[in-house]
Amino acid sequence: MMRFEWTVSLRFLREGGMQTVLIVAGSTVGIAVIVFISSFLGDLQRDLVRRTLGVQPGIIVRPAEEVARPQRGDAGAAAIEQVQARAQRLRSVDQWQPLVAELEAMPGIRAVSPVAAGPGLVTRGDVNKSVTITGIVPARYVAVTRLDEKIVAGDLQLNPGDAVIGTELARDLGVALGDKVRLSTPTSAGDAYQVRAIYDLGQRNLNRAYAYVTLPTAQALLNLPGGVSSVELAIEDLFGAEDLAARLQARMPHEVESWMKANSQLRTALNNQTVMTLLVRFFLALVVAIGVSSVLIVSVVQKTREIGILRAMGATRGRILRVFLLQGVLIGAAGAVLGSACGYLLTSTMSEILRADDGAPLFVAHFNLALYLYTVLGATVLGLVAAVMPARRAAALDPAQAIRL
Amino acid sequence: MSAAIIELAGIRKTYNAGTPVAIEVLHGIDLALRASEFACLIGPSGSGKSTLLNLIGLLEWPSAGSYRLRGRPIEQADDDERTRARLETLGFVFQFHHLLPAFSALENVMMPGLMLHGVHTAEQRASAAGLLTSVGLGAVLHKRPPELSGGMQQRVAIARALALAPALVLADEPTGNLDTHSADDVFELMRRINQTRGTAFLIVTHDPRLAARCDRVIELRDGTIVSDAPHEGQGVKPPLSADDGRSSVGMPAGSP
Repeated sequence: MMRFEWTVSLRFLREGGMQTVLIVAGSTVGIAVIVFISSFLGDLQRDLVRRTLGVQPGIIVRPAEEVARPQRGDAGAAAIEQVQARAQRLRSVDQWQPLVAELEAMPGIRAVSPVAAGPGLVTRGDVNKSVTITGIVPARYVAVTRLDEKIVAGDLQLNPGDAVIGTELARDLGVALGDKVRLSTPTSAGDAYQVRAIYDLGQRNLNRAYAYVTLPTAQALLNLPGGVSSVELAIEDLFGAEDLAARLQARMPHEVESWMKANSQLRTALNNQTVMTLLVRFFLALVVAIGVSSVLIVSVVQKTREIGILRAMGATRGRILRVFLLQGVLIGAAGAVLGSACGYLLTSTMSEILRADDGAPLFVAHFNLALYLYTVLGATVLGLVAAVMPARRAAALDPAQAIRL
Repeated sequence: MSAAIIELAGIRKTYNAGTPVAIEVLHGIDLALRASEFACLIGPSGSGKSTLLNLIGLLEWPSAGSYRLRGRPIEQADDDERTRARLETLGFVFQFHHLLPAFSALENVMMPGLMLHGVHTAEQRASAAGLLTSVGLGAVLHKRPPELSGGMQQRVAIARALALAPALVLADEPTGNLDTHSADDVFELMRRINQTRGTAFLIVTHDPRLAARCDRVIELRDGTIVSDAPHEGQGVKPPLSADDGRSSVGMPAGSP
């Protein structure tokens, strides 16, 4: 139905000629930029977080901090005055094996990796470098951190006598693949390990920070027999980490921390970026809506006589209203479809052009179907809303007066 | 005597009612038009002809008085009902053609059908083409109004007014914007339609030559009908008083 409204709307738009072309072009540009900003922002933030976090997981589960409890006498009696905070020992996550199984089964968690990490020294000759000795189950660990993608030499088929270090550390120590280094800790004199692989996380300090060994090796070195210092989680929704962490925290005695809390500055920066771009997108949408409104208002004035004729012939106010609402919808939808296409092109082009300092793309363009569907829907509704005022004007025209013009 | 299409009684029209600049332009019009009548409405500028025509055409609303359209009182009708009545019962022809320039001649004539039925059918198309052919425009069906001469545009307007076979066509100076030759053509076309199809016409005109060729001449002066007669100069009636009742003198269709 609405055949009358369709016929007249389409013809009015066609008759609008350059006016229609310009407003559709304007809407297209506005919507293309909105699409570009949205998808650019999403992709850029995801990649920025991945890049900054390095091997940090989305969520980490650690043993709860040990709290020094003040001794009290009778109920209500004052506590002994000064309570010194306790030094936090390296402890194992209680019951980590069932915990890993439980976490693995939870929705929203992509991978679970138990890790035994603690302070240690890498020694070669008379050079000592302090590192975090990190014991991993390689298959699990790469699922959380994608360390396998950061390996520049060797591979992650770790044997008990193997270690993996970063490029900067390897340079500092003057070692290459296959060379031996000594790993030691305050509690263990250590042993010699063969460099099995060298990684590059894209940041110098991170490339000096970790020495990876197998989990049993780290347990022995760190005096954590059978234990793990943390359980690291890869999560589906990177930006939902805080919520998931809060939910996990509620159901376990351990400390649960999301990347957002651990990197609150990054998170604040990202939030501000999101708010700013939200504002920019909002005002762009407003400009598009005002553009559509003003063109339709001009069109109502131009078409006053035709509207009068149609009313005199027998078109009801409702039909005239719908003729102009439909024009708004059509302009919005046309702008949305063209704008989405242009926005996608712009995003993929910028993804080719913009590079991080290491030469890799600053962000990888993803085709986000939901974004495009929402854009088309949103722009169509926007066109409809923008057309309300002009359409009401058109419908309110007095046919007798309109015809006299 | 055929049935009345419209019956006006005591119609008054006041603009800006309730304000200091209120002005009454129609002072109690009694008028009936019957099926197949071919009447014209004459009078000087500002006498209220267009207002009366717009009132009859349901484009404007009387301030007082009663209006029956095909026997049905229409005072209580809302805008949608009036619009519907306009679509089904009345056709309009205006001085400045008032076609839709964005649509071809054929599409203009099909527009009322599209409004009434909400669809385009082959039948409607054939009927619209037939109407245009009958007004001598079979060769320019797909031309847009701006591509047609004034006389041709007015023929399209007439064909469009006839599209849904209305009982009455209201024509506001349909020949006012045409040269004498085209004006005669258009007038003859309306006359012929009146005779062959039985459609009633109420034509507002300034042209005494054309008025003389109508079956009935209604003269309006200062918002009052001052004469209403079968022919100009033939049995001029005195101005109507308020209690005079109906003023129409029905003439059989097609009388000389």
